[in-house]
Amino acid sequence: MNPKIDIQGLSVYFNRVPYLRSVHLAVPANRILGIIGPSGSGKTTFLRALNRMNELEPGSHVEGSALLDGQDIYHPQYDVVGLRKKVGMVFALPVALPMSIYDNVVYGPRLSGNQRHRLDELVETSLKAAFLWDEVKDRLKTSALRLSGGQQQRLCLARTLALEPEVILLDEPCSGLDPISTAKIEEALTLLKERYTIILVTNNTKQAARISNETAFFLMGEMVEAGPTERIFTGPSDKRTNDYITGRFG
Amino acid sequence: MRIPPRITQLGAILILGSATLLTLAVLAFIIVFVLEKGLPVLSLRFLFTNPQDMGRAGGIFPTLVGTALLPLLAVAIATPLGVGTAVFLTEYTRESRVTNIIRFGTDCLAGIPSIIFGLFGFIFFVTTLRMGWSIASGGLTLAFMILPTIIRTSEEAVKAVPKSFREVSFSLGATRWQTVRKVILPNALPGIVTGVMLGVGRSIGETAAVIFTAGSSLRMPTSLLDSTRTMAVHFYILAREGISTENAYGTAAALVIAVLSVNLLAYWLMHRVMAKRS
Amino acid sequence: MKLIGEKGVRAILLGIAFSALSALLLIALFIMSEGLPFMFRYGLKGFLFSSEWQPQAGKFGIFPMVVASLWVTLGAMAIGAPLGVAGAVFLTEFVPRAVMRVVKPTIELLAGIPSVVYGFIGVIVLAPLIRGHLGGPGLSVLAGSVVLGIMILPTVISISIDSILAVPQSYREGSLALGATTWQTVHMVTVKAARSGIIASIILAMGRAIGETMAVIMVAGNAVKIPHSPLDSVRTLTANIALEMGFATGLHRQALFATGVVLFLVIMILNVLAGLAIRKRVGKK
Repeated sequence: MNPKIDIQGLSVYFNRVPYLRSVHLAVPANRILGIIGPSGSGKTTFLRALNRMNELEPGSHVEGSALLDGQDIYHPQYDVVGLRKKVGMVFALPVALPMSIYDNVVYGPRLSGNQRHRLDELVETSLKAAFLWDEVKDRLKTSALRLSGGQQQRLCLARTLALEPEVILLDEPCSGLDPISTAKIEEALTLLKERYTIILVTNNTKQAARISNETAFFLMGEMVEAGPTERIFTGPSDKRTNDYITGRFG
Repeated sequence: MRIPPRITQLGAILILGSATLLTLAVLAFIIVFVLEKGLPVLSLRFLFTNPQDMGRAGGIFPTLVGTALLPLLAVAIATPLGVGTAVFLTEYTRESRVTNIIRFGTDCLAGIPSIIFGLFGFIFFVTTLRMGWSIASGGLTLAFMILPTIIRTSEEAVKAVPKSFREVSFSLGATRWQTVRKVILPNALPGIVTGVMLGVGRSIGETAAVIFTAGSSLRMPTSLLDSTRTMAVHFYILAREGISTENAYGTAAALVIAVLSVNLLAYWLMHRVMAKRS
Repeated sequence: MKLIGEKGVRAILLGIAFSALSALLLIALFIMSEGLPFMFRYGLKGFLFSSEWQPQAGKFGIFPMVVASLWVTLGAMAIGAPLGVAGAVFLTEFVPRAVMRVVKPTIELLAGIPSVVYGFIGVIVLAPLIRGHLGGPGLSVLAGSVVLGIMILPTVISISIDSILAVPQSYREGSLALGATTWQTVHMVTVKAARSGIIASIILAMGRAIGETMAVIMVAGNAVKIPHSPLDSVRTLTANIALEMGFATGLHRQALFATGVVLFLVIMILNVLAGLAIRKRVGKK
């Protein structure tokens, strides 16, 4: 079965300094891939390479390829803007745009010129999938800045879902949140994998163990090993993986 | 005998404090003086009737219109140019030779005195382009004058928009221009408006640049190519030609009130933006 | 918009970004094209150093105006710079921050008062005072300097305050911890550290003073002669341009533009100097 995303020898440099070295990884569709590793291991760089967000930093340079549905997203003719609608991203810090909840969710779809009636439908579906609908359905036109941190993060998830992407990238989405909000997001992701391919970077190994199907371990810009979550956590092949998981370094 | 430091400090405080009080007193005196002599003359009739006998009697209505139209035209031209420059410098390019040159040009433009703008406007708009003494000539000249102010304040306003907003917008598939239009500009708007108002305030008080480009006709302007007289020019003429001291005071009061109100509004807006940010 | 595309938008914005620079070049071009030919034909020495300004007779010596501008500006700086710096120092170091935060914008607001109003008050209030107590016509170098000095105060105060505020608190704390009083800290440490910004503010203010037109026309007297005392009536370069432009033609008009060129160059040089002073401050940090 062809992987959804096939990464072959991907390296990322910033001002000639390598942040990611020759990563080979096949990401299966409709699964959750967890990415673990200590700070500075290149997890975020890797994630941002998948929707070409690294290019926003001046001095960035990429080698190798990343195939999405068989097409290399780094090919010069590839439509970057379209890529970002196919591959959505939720950031670590919830950033609600200074507009109403409704406007936040439809921001992406509006850019594609979606019709009004479709938008209302889209808002409801996305907020429901992000487990936020019940809490905000009566105040969609109020400012999104009034929501709590956990609510804002779920809003960010809904905003990404409204684009109807195929892949969802999440960069430590629960890092600032309380356990209840974290649980809600994890529950949402587990349901969402039926329809999306999900890649989740997390500092919390227990979270990866809880919800991801496959796990990849990154260290100092290299991917050390990847495989089914159970195997990684109970019997990893590489000593470094074992040391990280058992907490010998962090 | 060495003077103990505490005494020196006391002396310094007295001297510095007096200097500061003197400064504030003088500035306050100017405003109080103008308002005291001018407010009695200011009435709705004064503001809205036409002048008679070259301004010896009657009101100042046409100058009110002139004072409103000139800054309006100036701002209409300078704002898109200024905001466009600010957006380009912040969003579309990195600091480089090109941006340094652009900034240098802007700073130099800001330092040119108004009489030179008046000379330029006269030789370029009035004479070479044959627009004559007109609202058009005056407005265009003033636009050049206030352009640096609008560029500076707009740039600050655009820079103040949090970086994360841009990231989120891009990650949702927006192009750079879409991000500028839908997220950055709306967010930077209060700051931009502040700059525009400061430009308006400056235009209202301008005399040297205006007199040589918009002329000094007391007739009510009916088109952009008509000459007009602003309150500042009218005041200058009344005062220097000794036409009517009383009306001069009245015009001065109106002028000062107009300028102070616009600047006050600009500062209040800036204050609100700062407060909302923190 | 869709037709233009992102590359098009960037190109348009690039063009717009050059508008300020283009305006500057346009202004320089036109002023110089009217003034420079005259300067070379008439002769630079005769133009700048002759004291005979008689347009009807074809004599265009601007020396008295140059001297007048110099005197009035220096006088303005002598009044405005010390008062301004003193005020800035007092407001930042000897007064609660909250008070400064109210007073500073108030002073900046007052900077918006049109120059013609300043000039008018100079005529009505100041000139009679000078005439009565010190003699002379009242409309004089002194009157011009005082009025200009007051006009540049907000510039000096505002920028100096910003420079002093930019001095790191650690400098002050270091000095106080060694047993210095606030005043000693101020004049031995803080002001020294803020020096380049304060100097920049003074240079900038000088540029404004030289370029001021309306106020000096009203209070300086406008006599074309080299001043021998501050009570003499004088005509500055700016006043000369403004007063005669209305009816000048041919060579006369070109001479006025040439005066404009001189002003333009002097002020450009001052602005560059001010810019260098500010850059020094940023570099030092």
